[in-house]
Amino acid sequence: MPTSPSDARDLAIVGAGPAGLSAAATAARLGLTVTLLDAAPRPGGQIRRHPAPGLRTGPPDPSLRRAQLHPLVRHLPRHHVWSAARGETGLWTVHAVTGDDGDGERPVRVTARALLLATGAHERHLPFPGWTLPGVVGAGGAQAMLKSDLVLPGRRVVVAGSGPLLLAVASSLAAAGARVPAVVEAAGYLRYARRPAALAADPRKLAEGAAHLAALLRHHVRLLTRSAVTAAHGTDRVEAVTVTRLGPDWRPLPGTARRLPCDALAVGHGLVPQTDLATTLGCATRRTADGTFALLLDDDLETTVRGVWAAGESAGVAGERAALAEGELAARAVARRLGRPAALSPALRRRRARLRAFADAMTAVHAPGPGWTGWLPDATEVCRCEEVTAGRVRAAVRDLGARDARTVKLLTRAGMGWCQGRTCGQAVARLTAPDGRPAAPERRPFAVPVTLGTLAALDDTPHGKEPR
Amino acid sequence: MVLAVSPTRPPDVIVVGAGAVGAACAYHAARAGLSVTVVDRGPVAGGTTGAGEGNLLVSDKEPGPELHLALLSTDLWRELADALPPDIEYEAKGGLVVAPDAGRLDALRALAAAQSAAGAEARPVPAAALRDLEPHLAPGLAGGVHYPQDAQVMPALAAARLLRASGAALRLGEEVTALLTTAAGRVRGVRTTRGDLHAPCVVNAAGAWAGSLGRAAGAGLPVRPRRGFVLVTEPLPRVVRHKVYTADYVADVAADTAALRTSTVVEGTAAGPVLVGASRELTGYDRTLSLPALRRLAAGAVALFPVLAGVRALRTYAGFRPCLPDRLPAIGPDPRLPGLVHACGHEGAGIGLAPATGLLVTRALTGGELPAWARAFRPERFATAPKEPRPETPTPPR
Repeated sequence: MPTSPSDARDLAIVGAGPAGLSAAATAARLGLTVTLLDAAPRPGGQIRRHPAPGLRTGPPDPSLRRAQLHPLVRHLPRHHVWSAARGETGLWTVHAVTGDDGDGERPVRVTARALLLATGAHERHLPFPGWTLPGVVGAGGAQAMLKSDLVLPGRRVVVAGSGPLLLAVASSLAAAGARVPAVVEAAGYLRYARRPAALAADPRKLAEGAAHLAALLRHHVRLLTRSAVTAAHGTDRVEAVTVTRLGPDWRPLPGTARRLPCDALAVGHGLVPQTDLATTLGCATRRTADGTFALLLDDDLETTVRGVWAAGESAGVAGERAALAEGELAARAVARRLGRPAALSPALRRRRARLRAFADAMTAVHAPGPGWTGWLPDATEVCRCEEVTAGRVRAAVRDLGARDARTVKLLTRAGMGWCQGRTCGQAVARLTAPDGRPAAPERRPFAVPVTLGTLAALDDTPHGKEPR
Repeated sequence: MVLAVSPTRPPDVIVVGAGAVGAACAYHAARAGLSVTVVDRGPVAGGTTGAGEGNLLVSDKEPGPELHLALLSTDLWRELADALPPDIEYEAKGGLVVAPDAGRLDALRALAAAQSAAGAEARPVPAAALRDLEPHLAPGLAGGVHYPQDAQVMPALAAARLLRASGAALRLGEEVTALLTTAAGRVRGVRTTRGDLHAPCVVNAAGAWAGSLGRAAGAGLPVRPRRGFVLVTEPLPRVVRHKVYTADYVADVAADTAALRTSTVVEGTAAGPVLVGASRELTGYDRTLSLPALRRLAAGAVALFPVLAGVRALRTYAGFRPCLPDRLPAIGPDPRLPGLVHACGHEGAGIGLAPATGLLVTRALTGGELPAWARAFRPERFATAPKEPRPETPTPPR
């Protein structure tokens, strides 16, 4: 069924986090018609998940909350985008299914002259013995639980992994009444001192960090740097963790292990840009300082595929304020491309560059060291969906000729299950690559699963309308 | 990376390509007493093998040399299934080809009769009995043919296990950039991104990229990549028991056209997911997702098995079938360049035809004559043909 131009919007935005909302608000202000698709029931993304009362997560920028109400913005919540493609007319078609987890499943499509991907990031997990025990949750997941319904993962929660998120999670947990015996950070915070220029670029971020640290002190939370949780213990759920000191390459130092009792562990090793939709469209990526891949953008935030822009974490994890700036910059560039007057805003560009420089320095400090595999014995499961152990992954490399995550997947089924490697992909890639760093971004042509019935009826899919 | 201990002296043969065909060549050559080194620019099964469904088919082969090759391979795969670890998931599940209408059923039955006469097992199935074989098949089909010899393996593991069983030295992540030749015009090895490797014989098992290996030395082949997409569903209990496909498939494989063609191929796997194919188009080495191709694959699958409409596809991927102008493989020595033996151009049938190909290649490597029926696969058959395949023509009648 050909699409009539009258159905087309000026801009389709995938993702209603800070970057997507900022882009939508700017684009609408500049007179563009916008459709904003997001999987969640409410806008805000991971970082602004419906903050629970009493938690000081900071109010979202009111202009952003208004973005979804702007008459030129059509907000489609609970829309899971599984693919996007350029049609013969040069218009972009975004394909989505509706429902809380895509289960509903009503297929919908949106056509637009320009496409902006603000798909965010997901958490990186580096497995260790016991990581699949009940009571072990992702650090980002713990934060989300707190924000959405004030559920504590436990009463005595160890926070571990690497990255600035850990401090935020620990202070949220402590503020919500949990005991946090320790924050276990694999990187050495002293490494920040080696990058003074980049740090000076974003004093607000430093102040945020200092505030979190002060909050932790107030709650008697110990910060253990250059350390990792190298095992979680328990039968029905986690009862204790082993904390081990790490060398500079994250190799666990023998003889330094000690046990820490707890009833929950919130663990995360940084964030990985979500690039599935973009790489399927052919957008090029760049390697980030922590060895993952982010979208490669030009100064106008356009990807290497003409007509596709990106903003926020999918272009490299840099936090909320960078995402807000990028959403606005990208929307302005889209408006210019569509022939609307929109100023270049050099000041905003400089601001973005500053925030990015800070984020890159931070990413480098928290980049997983290759020694992490030292806490991963052969018997530990790496892929939970398909129950593939580290030993089998290593054997596929050693004995069967695998050199990348894709071949390991073919030979062991690691990453073939429901999550399609979203949980284990980073670990498998790092365990497999000859130099410990993934050689290419993971590819997932379907950003979410889609039924064969939906695929078969692709040409008859209705256009997305506001569900009111 | 060298996985096995490199022989201190040069090997007898270098196999270029660590896919199913290269692995089978290495396996048979090693069993014949030759020392073998396998070189691949990527990992094991990184090309067509890793993107395929692992079909070992006799059902889609025209009576003649290719069916002969397929029947020989069928026997060899059965032996390999006993010799290799069970994780290659060999399963003699059988194939079921169905025809939607009387006209296509007649053509299918005629093909089946000719295949039977050539030694294949092909049993006509009346419309009423189709659901005994496949309970979830859509009503209204005209009938079909059951091919008990059709089988399946997990292709990447099969190739990896074959290579390991061969004991060949594996050099992965090492790209062959040129053939080395003597002043007298004989192969003496390969140049790779890591240096020169010497051997009196080189086997070209470079799959969809095999066309260019010998080109600079005057021994190129018109191999072109024929793109195909596969849809992979969530794991299911056994809803599809055989490899089930529509009678159009055979015509599609043989069709001489660049445009997108799809025929419906549906099969379950030992691990649970259902695989849906098969699209064919000549688009170069372009992996960009094609929603029109996926739409046609999904529509075909749902038409054959309505129960699949509510089943989710978890992933899809593209692969490139190495395709020669006459859709037959090139197997045997290249008279233009002594020492070079080709084993490529199997289209989508490389995994299925690999063992017999390995056997023929080994015969050539050890100085033996190839049987008369294998003359159809002579690599030099394209030497005088025009460089580009014929322009698009209608599907030849079968």
